[in-house]
Amino acid sequence: MSADLVIVGAGVVGAASAYFAASAGLRVVVVERDSIAGGTSSAGEGNVLVSDKEAGPELDLALYSQQVWRADLAGHGDLWEFESKGGLVVAASEQGVASLRALAVQQRRCGVEVRDVARDELRDYEPHLAPQLAGGAFYPQDAQVQPMLVAAHLLRLARERGAQVRTRTEVTGFLRHGTRVTGVRTSAGDISAGAVLNAAGTWAGGVADLAGVRVPVLPRRGFILVTQPMPARTIRHKVYAAEYVGDVASSDAALQTSPVVEGTAGGTILIGASRERVGFDRNVSVPAIGTLAAKAIELFPMLRQVRAMRTYLGFRPYCPDHLPVVGADPRAPGLWHACGHEGAGIGLSAGTGKLIAQALVGERTDLDLAPFAPDRFPEAEEEPR
Amino acid sequence: MHDVAVVGAGPAGLAAAVEAAEAGLGVTLIDTAAQPGGQYWRHYDQTHARPDDHVGHHGWSVFTRLRARLDALRATGRIHYLPGQQVWLITREPNGPFTLQVTAATAAATAGRSQDGSDRTLAAHALILCPGGYDRQLPVPGWDLPGVLTAGGAQALLKGHRTPAGRRAVVAGTGPFLLPVATGLARAGVTVVAVVEANATLGWFRSPAGAASAPGKSAEALRYAALMARHRIPYRTRTVIREVLGTNRAEAVRVARVDRDGRPTGPDEEIAVDLVALGWGFTPSLELPLMLGAQTTMDTDGSLVVAVDDRQRSSVDGLYVAGEATGVGGAALAVHEGRLGALALAAERGRPADPALMRRLRGAVRRGRRFASAMHRTYPLPRAWPDWLTDTTLVCRCEEVAYGDLRRAHHDLGAEDARTLKMLARPGMGWCQGRVCGLATAGIAAWLSGRETGVDDLRPLATRSLAVPVPLGELAALVEETTPPEAADEGGRNGD
Amino acid sequence: MTHQMTFRGTTVAAEPGQSVAAALIAAGVTDWRTTGKGGRPRGLFCGIGICFDCLITVDGIPDQRACLVAAADGMRLGADAEPGAALQDACGPGDDDA
Repeated sequence: MSADLVIVGAGVVGAASAYFAASAGLRVVVVERDSIAGGTSSAGEGNVLVSDKEAGPELDLALYSQQVWRADLAGHGDLWEFESKGGLVVAASEQGVASLRALAVQQRRCGVEVRDVARDELRDYEPHLAPQLAGGAFYPQDAQVQPMLVAAHLLRLARERGAQVRTRTEVTGFLRHGTRVTGVRTSAGDISAGAVLNAAGTWAGGVADLAGVRVPVLPRRGFILVTQPMPARTIRHKVYAAEYVGDVASSDAALQTSPVVEGTAGGTILIGASRERVGFDRNVSVPAIGTLAAKAIELFPMLRQVRAMRTYLGFRPYCPDHLPVVGADPRAPGLWHACGHEGAGIGLSAGTGKLIAQALVGERTDLDLAPFAPDRFPEAEEEPR
Repeated sequence: MHDVAVVGAGPAGLAAAVEAAEAGLGVTLIDTAAQPGGQYWRHYDQTHARPDDHVGHHGWSVFTRLRARLDALRATGRIHYLPGQQVWLITREPNGPFTLQVTAATAAATAGRSQDGSDRTLAAHALILCPGGYDRQLPVPGWDLPGVLTAGGAQALLKGHRTPAGRRAVVAGTGPFLLPVATGLARAGVTVVAVVEANATLGWFRSPAGAASAPGKSAEALRYAALMARHRIPYRTRTVIREVLGTNRAEAVRVARVDRDGRPTGPDEEIAVDLVALGWGFTPSLELPLMLGAQTTMDTDGSLVVAVDDRQRSSVDGLYVAGEATGVGGAALAVHEGRLGALALAAERGRPADPALMRRLRGAVRRGRRFASAMHRTYPLPRAWPDWLTDTTLVCRCEEVAYGDLRRAHHDLGAEDARTLKMLARPGMGWCQGRVCGLATAGIAAWLSGRETGVDDLRPLATRSLAVPVPLGELAALVEETTPPEAADEGGRNGD
Repeated sequence: MTHQMTFRGTTVAAEPGQSVAAALIAAGVTDWRTTGKGGRPRGLFCGIGICFDCLITVDGIPDQRACLVAAADGMRLGADAEPGAALQDACGPGDDDA
């Protein structure tokens, strides 16, 4: 069995890569040890966000992905419930509003659309918002998708373009010719390939290990709460609070600590997501889901009586510098990576897939991949556990 | 901190709670219903009881004796009884006690709770989970019409609320439980036009192994046969309902003879009814044991059940499971299991537990299991039941997911297993969290892939992160009462 | 003594000890909500609190299981178009004190 490209992982990043690579004429085989989109792709909210990103390589990739979602993939948006609903970031204090405004100035320079929202306009956007909030910012580019449908349909479209998808097939090693990677060994036989793309998400570090290279992807646990079905448009946008940052523009830390509250096509409201570094612990954490609920109620007091139907958790793949790993690995020629997108992988998948396909066929990429280089990490860095 | 929390006050839980308390353990007993007895001994509000309420109630004296013991133990503070409350989450630190989060079953029950919320979080060294079961359902075209009830629902309405659910009924599915439902409706004045049984005969008492294991049961079967005759209820075997007809409520059913796999062999016949009671045996509520990671297995009847040893111990240390959750087998077996689990726990915690009694109970449990297996083999789900479905037949009633949606998710999108089917097409994602459609969705996942249903199909649909929906305000209260745990909020670069 | 409840402008009687669902069915009402997607009528199905088909607004509190709520004198039984609708009404704009 041989192919031009073997993709390890049938999550949303692997699926987008398969779609664009197959569209570019490559013979693609996707191998997945479990089922399609069964890992982190099935455990997020489907965020396609620009609002939470400061100027830098990740915002560049997010803005590029916006184009891909809205142009290349525009015809398929309905398949995966693409909704350009916009994001509303709210602040409870004047200081918080000032931080939002400073961030907006910086983001606009990069091409992000931001509307300043005054205190008395907030409820025009979200009728149920708590009354005491000081102001906010509206990001019309923020959008939502159903991530499992994204992955499943992109894989379907890739299959229509000749790709093969093999689930329940685990990569157990690599075929090598000298340092060069020439394929994969799997639980269902060897596949030789011109290139192998590691799109194993939170588990990508283990796949890289099999090739003898270090890609420091670690799990960051996040819980999401799902409410009972609610009437359409109860909550209209992605809404989140920006309170825990004194100064968003200068500190990376904690804009993301506030929960995102939003409705879904199914009528449920999603409240996400907590962040903890606890390895692959799958136990429900009462402090985590309690805090999510409390913070959501601070934003929307009417949620107090609304019932949570379930909670789910996922392990976001993060790297020490919180940037993804995208591109060829010079340490093992023939091995490529597209992983480590942390909590933004759904949104960034479209751009990542298109860029990887461009690079694989030797085209000049629309965006410089240097900031995402796989060998950018020091070899012996201490990793927080 | 309680020695043991018993969840469920049906036959198993009630027996476990009184046995554990009498052995000297401090017990808290939590139950969804306002009064003890579970589904099996469901009865009209005790404060408004009438003398004839318990006609046809099996083992009623067993229940009243257990209830008297419960009352006595409550009076002396040995059992802390929390009716009208549901456990929505159980967690446990490694080697620590179990922590149970509790919410009110109804808004009215909320009003009856302690003001300080002290009953919302309970801790216990050990758990005996007796969550019971409910009717299994297989989808059929039109089953979402008002006037279609579960057989257990029709029964509960009669026993618990003195209300017949219609005037002209058909009772359909499989298993001996259809008979008391039909005769109960008939006694209440409902015209029961037929009991429609998918399997071959009323023959479970003819199985020598089964009948020898539980001699009292064959007499029970004969009694129902006599009641069926007295009320002139036709018993139509190897017959299924192919469709429920009606616009905005059930008006008729189409029935047909089937072969042993459930494939139609004869022409359809239309019967006018206003009540359709459907039941395909029972299946246990497993969300609480699964939350704790208990090992499961597939029982003879195809239901997922908790694996326990001969002392009712699950694979999780300190977690005992009794009653339907270990395999559907009826009230008498559940009582034996509840008692055995309680005594085993008492012995483990250094309390006196009569070894001879435990031996007798173990024997009774073994015999009860043999009998249950014989019965499950007599009344299997017809293998080809997915053939009854059309593309527009709802499988998931909550999310209104039709069979065609599942077929497309399988064929077009590559959903090969139950979990992926659920994520892509949403069966089991609504209010009931897959309680009703779980078995069917698991079966359809296997059917579409051309394999037999297995544990891996059933488990994703039986697992629920929260056992019941819980108000966000109650979730928030768990952290609002203490300092906000900023530990849960490490700064990351990316949102989700 | 018989309880009197109201439902869609009519009076529904209930015996003490009956559930809301039982009282409605005894009064000939077999459906009391409409599904969100298909707009289909729903009433009682499982009767024991498992299936959530029988959701109803009771005294302004939405999404109660009619099979579990005991009927009481003076109860107002809502008939919402879909689950959560009453909640939205109760928490609408201008209701800042909620």
